[in-house]
Amino acid sequence: MTANPLPVPAPSPNFDTQEFWDAAAQGKFLLKRCDSCGVIIWYPRFVCPDCHSTDTSWFEGSGKGTIYTYTIVRKGQGPYKDAAPFVVAYVELEEGPRILTNIVECDPESVSIGQAVEVVFQDAGDGAALYRFRPTET
Amino acid sequence: MQVSGLRGKAAIVGVVDAASPTGELELTGRALEVDMISKALDDAGLTIADVDGVTHTSSSMQLAEHLGIHPTFTDSTSTGGSSFEVHVEHAAAAIAAGLCEVVIGVYASTPRSDRKRPRGGAGRGMPPGGMGPMAEWEMPYGLQAPKGAYALSASRHMAQYGTTSEQLAQIAVSTREWASMNPEARFQDPITIQDVLDSPMQASPLHLLDCCLVTDGAGAFVMTSAERAKDLKKPPVYVLGAGTCHDHMMISQMPDFGTTPGVQSGKKAFGLAGVKPGDVDLLMGYDSFTITALLHLEDLGFCEKGEGGPFVEDGKTGPGGSLPMNTNGGGLSYTHPGMYGMFLITEATKQLRGECGPRQVEGAEIAVAHGSGMVLSCMSTIVLGTEASL
Ligand SMILES: [Zn+2]
Repeated sequence: MTANPLPVPAPSPNFDTQEFWDAAAQGKFLLKRCDSCGVIIWYPRFVCPDCHSTDTSWFEGSGKGTIYTYTIVRKGQGPYKDAAPFVVAYVELEEGPRILTNIVECDPESVSIGQAVEVVFQDAGDGAALYRFRPTET
Repeated sequence: MQVSGLRGKAAIVGVVDAASPTGELELTGRALEVDMISKALDDAGLTIADVDGVTHTSSSMQLAEHLGIHPTFTDSTSTGGSSFEVHVEHAAAAIAAGLCEVVIGVYASTPRSDRKRPRGGAGRGMPPGGMGPMAEWEMPYGLQAPKGAYALSASRHMAQYGTTSEQLAQIAVSTREWASMNPEARFQDPITIQDVLDSPMQASPLHLLDCCLVTDGAGAFVMTSAERAKDLKKPPVYVLGAGTCHDHMMISQMPDFGTTPGVQSGKKAFGLAGVKPGDVDLLMGYDSFTITALLHLEDLGFCEKGEGGPFVEDGKTGPGGSLPMNTNGGGLSYTHPGMYGMFLITEATKQLRGECGPRQVEGAEIAVAHGSGMVLSCMSTIVLGTEASL
């Protein structure tokens, strides 16, 4: 079974996150590191949620991770009204953080916890891009 | 209410403010708030790690999530320009009462420089968090609110602890048994585990009958001092203990999908009440979904972490069981108008007064009303008891 194409909503950047979305539009997946304690911060923000330092810097992440948990949505809402079934998952990145996303380019029924995935960027129009993940080729 | 109870119990120990001759500041939104908080704490010789109480005019929960702290006192009261005086008042009361020790309050608004910002959600008229992290990091991915978030938790719990769909379904079955004794319940006909499993899948692994209702509903309560309560019409139901904790606002920031901040709220409430889970005669545990109720059983200490599935299997939360749970039929079968927490309080009170007719839990002296806010985000536990429990 092939999944339906998903809508690609444009991101809504903030003062703290503009740089992340600008890079995403260039096909780069940025992460923020705390320069004080070294923790990798997700979602990107002005303050380290671990040691509360405001000394942070961006770096390019590997874009690879594994599925921590997921759900196959059977009834979409809003722009996703006709998109079901589709997968919403929480991906644990190689660098540590867990992020919410969709798993695309695969049969939803084939998805499993622990599966290896990698980032893909989809055109959201107006020069913007949205990140999603797909199973890693083995 | 004794005003004297506040006197000398709390003080302001750090302050900061920012403005500039250009009328503009470099930072904006949440970043500016964090900068102010850091400097005020520095002024006091404290750090963010010391903070256990948060006040804010729009969302104390979103601010706490941003800071990475898990406050036990939270206040998003908004009264316009006087909000911050109100926050000082609440914080003083909370500190005097021992709910928390270090409370922050903050304000940041940049209407002048916002005119120059081409993009950025924190601009013109937006709240300090802009559109909010939920709009930025979750809504684009089609997560059904709130169902999808609970599905992600259930999926993880099943993978981590071996919890089964049949065990989750048993919660719906036991709750429906209670509803059959509540003439006001939306659904009163008995159901089986198979009925739950055969109902349409909503967001895997949650079926339709794992999910709460969407119904009209309303309620209210009145509280007064213990002294005053003695002379009123009905037997008083005393607040023996209370506790609140939130550790995230959106599901993707939940530290552990299998554990809620009910661990902390419950510990606090039970501690203040001097009560153990084994002393509880009735649990009113917010059942937005079957997984929600199962997590409460574990996190409040009625069973070990991961043992919620086997715990409910024999129907012990249903009529005649050793731990009556959601005796009104719950959010799953009685009513769920959106924010169901009111009905936990009203049913617990009626049970402790012995007013529940066929579903009355005989000799109930101690009840727990345990509310869950947003997506397993903010848990609040109230321990209630009869005169005999004092
Ligand atoms: Zn840090």
